[in-house]
Amino acid sequence: MNGLAQHLPALQVVVPMLVAPLVILLRPRGLAWAACTAASVLAFAIAIQLMLSVQNGGPVTYLMGSWPAPYGIELRVDSLSVLLLLVVTGASVTALVGGRDSLDTQIETDRQPYFYAAWLLALAGLSGIVITADAFNIFVFMEISSLASYVLIAGGPDRRALPSVFKYLIMGTIGATFYLIGVGLIYMMTGTLNLADMEFRIHEVADQRPILAAAGFITVGLALKAAIFPLHVWLPNAYTYAPHVVTAFLAACSTKVSLYVLLRFDFFVFQGNLAGHAFQFAVYLMPLAILGILVGSAVAMFEQNIKRLLAFSSVAQIGYMMLGASLVTVAGLSAGIMHIFNHALAKGALFLAVASFATVAAGLRLDDLKGIARRMPWTFGAFVIAGLSLIGIPGTAGFVSKWYLISAAMEFGAAGLPLVAVILVSSLMAVVYVWRILEAAWFGEEAGEPGAPVTVSPVLVAVTWVVAIANLYFGLVPELPVSLSTAAATELLDHLP
Amino acid sequence: MSAQSTILFALLVPLVGAAGIAVAGRVSANLRETVTLLTAGGLAVTVWSLLPAVMAGERPGVTVTELLPGVELAFRVEPLGMLFAALASGLWIVNSLYSIGYMRGNNEKHQTRFYVMFAVSLAATMGVAFAGNLITLFLFYEMLTLSTYPLVSHKGDANTVRSARVYLGILLTTSIGLLLPAIIWTYTVAGGGDFVPGGILAGHVEGPAIGLLLGLFVFGVGKAAVMPVHRWLPAAMVAPTPVSALLHAVAVVKAGVFTITKVIVYIFGVDFLFAAPSSGWLLYAAAFTIIAASVVALRQQNLKRLLAYSTIAQLSYVVMAAAILKPLAEIGAAIHMVAHAFGKITLFFAAGAIYVAAKKTEIGQLKGIGRRMPITMTAFTIGALSMIGVPPTGGFVSKWYILAGAFQDDNYVALATIILSTVLNAAYFLPIIYMAWFMREEEAPARPHGEAPWPAVLALAITALLTIAFFFFHGATLELERQVVENLS
Repeated sequence: MNGLAQHLPALQVVVPMLVAPLVILLRPRGLAWAACTAASVLAFAIAIQLMLSVQNGGPVTYLMGSWPAPYGIELRVDSLSVLLLLVVTGASVTALVGGRDSLDTQIETDRQPYFYAAWLLALAGLSGIVITADAFNIFVFMEISSLASYVLIAGGPDRRALPSVFKYLIMGTIGATFYLIGVGLIYMMTGTLNLADMEFRIHEVADQRPILAAAGFITVGLALKAAIFPLHVWLPNAYTYAPHVVTAFLAACSTKVSLYVLLRFDFFVFQGNLAGHAFQFAVYLMPLAILGILVGSAVAMFEQNIKRLLAFSSVAQIGYMMLGASLVTVAGLSAGIMHIFNHALAKGALFLAVASFATVAAGLRLDDLKGIARRMPWTFGAFVIAGLSLIGIPGTAGFVSKWYLISAAMEFGAAGLPLVAVILVSSLMAVVYVWRILEAAWFGEEAGEPGAPVTVSPVLVAVTWVVAIANLYFGLVPELPVSLSTAAATELLDHLP
Repeated sequence: MSAQSTILFALLVPLVGAAGIAVAGRVSANLRETVTLLTAGGLAVTVWSLLPAVMAGERPGVTVTELLPGVELAFRVEPLGMLFAALASGLWIVNSLYSIGYMRGNNEKHQTRFYVMFAVSLAATMGVAFAGNLITLFLFYEMLTLSTYPLVSHKGDANTVRSARVYLGILLTTSIGLLLPAIIWTYTVAGGGDFVPGGILAGHVEGPAIGLLLGLFVFGVGKAAVMPVHRWLPAAMVAPTPVSALLHAVAVVKAGVFTITKVIVYIFGVDFLFAAPSSGWLLYAAAFTIIAASVVALRQQNLKRLLAYSTIAQLSYVVMAAAILKPLAEIGAAIHMVAHAFGKITLFFAAGAIYVAAKKTEIGQLKGIGRRMPITMTAFTIGALSMIGVPPTGGFVSKWYILAGAFQDDNYVALATIILSTVLNAAYFLPIIYMAWFMREEEAPARPHGEAPWPAVLALAITALLTIAFFFFHGATLELERQVVENLS
């Protein structure tokens, strides 16, 4: 067992990646789903095991093929990557387990094996990004996950997904190319692709123009992939027209993984070495974060389609994460990283509930959802809890990250007050957009005959509730995300001079 | 049972009761209401069993979990909270009785949801009362807002939904926009938010910042309805009357003034605030609210809206009394919470009974109603006299202490406000009493009616008697609250 345990970092990626081609061969109905789910559960278990080892013994490193770094590829799992791994694999498991019926209705049976193979490749790519310590490897995994996500998003019955996925593809490719150009420039100047090694070597050439250009390319490219305002335009449509369960999976984790790379690159490689980079990081990203928060929330307040509404809310929430990071303090970074986890819980539950609604309602505009609460009281209950978490009501996970974020802003004294105001105003905007949905669902009169209460898929309702209860649990006992994100923030800041 | 587990029990009883009500509601209405009454009784017994220990000077507490480093979910029973919890839990029994009469008499829909959410609101109220620090209090404060929303919007028509939106909008906006930053500010500067006799902020904030922080707290606690954050209370009157009676005359609004009093006594510290000139505005804000709300009440035609504006004024009595920052006035503040509760719940019960029996909601329709509903209107009269502050009613006792506190400090603003508002109270309550008893009905009602269903009448008779009894027997309350201020100057 010990022998296998030391290979866990590699298995995290290898398991879904190896199962993916096998899934294509599983033609009988349901088998592909079962294999995909089993692989996801295994990946989730590996992530939990890795989390335990990181918590007990610090970062885990793994040398692919035993080639020593920086010559071989190194995998490195620390608190930050473990947090992301939990989010990615957890989102995959909940979406697959809960979403089986929804996927069955949305994906044609004979295309299901391909769909689930793409799902596993996305899972492998996203997990790969967060465990590898190699800049080029990150690019490879990024491409794997992106290409697979395009397939997933376009895989549903809604033809409007095609133009949105095309937009996503163009933007995503530009982002990835920018990243690759940046990495190429750095490789040209330093001769290394290993992040730790790069941090060490870039110091000598830090004032050279190619390095500065590389920093620009990498930051912009990753910001595009992470949908940081104003580079978010691909996101709302992609989320809206994707199959519902795919939205639940990707909304919980895909942009956050890019954000992770952005943080990792910035703090590991650039912050300590490039003169004035910390200042630039804060000064350029903070206004974007604030604008993202305010504009995203404002658009969500007036949006009619519930999935687009939640997608714009995601743009705002990514702003929170960036805002925390742009403070460049332990408290701020912890808040931002913690929000990755907490937001995934809230949005995951919300999109799962939306998947339930979609099986009954005629459409997903607010008018179509009128009175749905009376027909699906249980799903609605979970939606309420997750909505409260999104607002940041105490007792929910969303409150914990908001508390940290406000405390972090207050550390700056009077200078932090405008930030506090932004956070509070956007929380109130969240009240408005969440309440628009709740009011329509609760009080709205259904057009035509009022339908009887229906239970679509008990498993989906149960899984939605599990995630909703996780929102409450991590609101009252937030030790796990707090300790992981604080450790991650400290590790990141250790790389500053 | 140890005091620690009793505290947790007080939170669990209404929650378990809520689940029980939900299940019983599927069986039969009678069983559901039996469970409600049993839960209310169980909660009262639980809460009141803590009373002897607290009277004896103990302060039982329990820490449930550490939310964040240094931020705990903790409960501690101190005299103010004890009083509030005992009041709310005791009146819940009477109110449940009344609810049965009212909801059945009106053939309301969704009665199970009503009783379930009522029980959840009471659990939140207990959490507010026993909270050991600011963050715990905030958690239950928000829970109270959210759990009362379905009660306010009970009817579900367009008008109700609009009013409920105002209710929720104001309460959430103020609490997230102002109260939360005040709490985080407190935690940041003082390193904690525990309620400690004498306060924790002394030496951590100074100058105008004290007044600012106090402002964030006072207006952040929208439930205290200090103008201009009072609009939610008249809006909440669209709720069924039992909700207006227990929640918007006792539990929710008292949670507001209770929070403000608690923050003044245990977070700022009375002496610290008294020495800070920048905190002086609170007295004027409260005085303004008292007078302004009374003037608005004069102009109301709808009985429940009149009572709502009267409540706004009476709540600011508590805030003003607390803001006088003298020991006797702090006692007056606590006593007024009780006295006003008895009087105002009686008035709401009477208004609801009139609606059930006669379907009348406007003041102009009440001519001669005293002859048809003598018990209800007697109780209404007693409640109104208590609002004015006429002996022998509870309202007199609290006014006495607030006045005494004002004299301690030669606070003429407070004195003048109390006198003027007494006149105004009389000016809007006496005409109703006169109309009800001494004028004749303009035309006989289409369907002659007597009193409301008996549970409702019994409930309002009980609270009317309590209003009078409080005049004679308020020694225990006084003794309890003396402990709050005994270590003040």
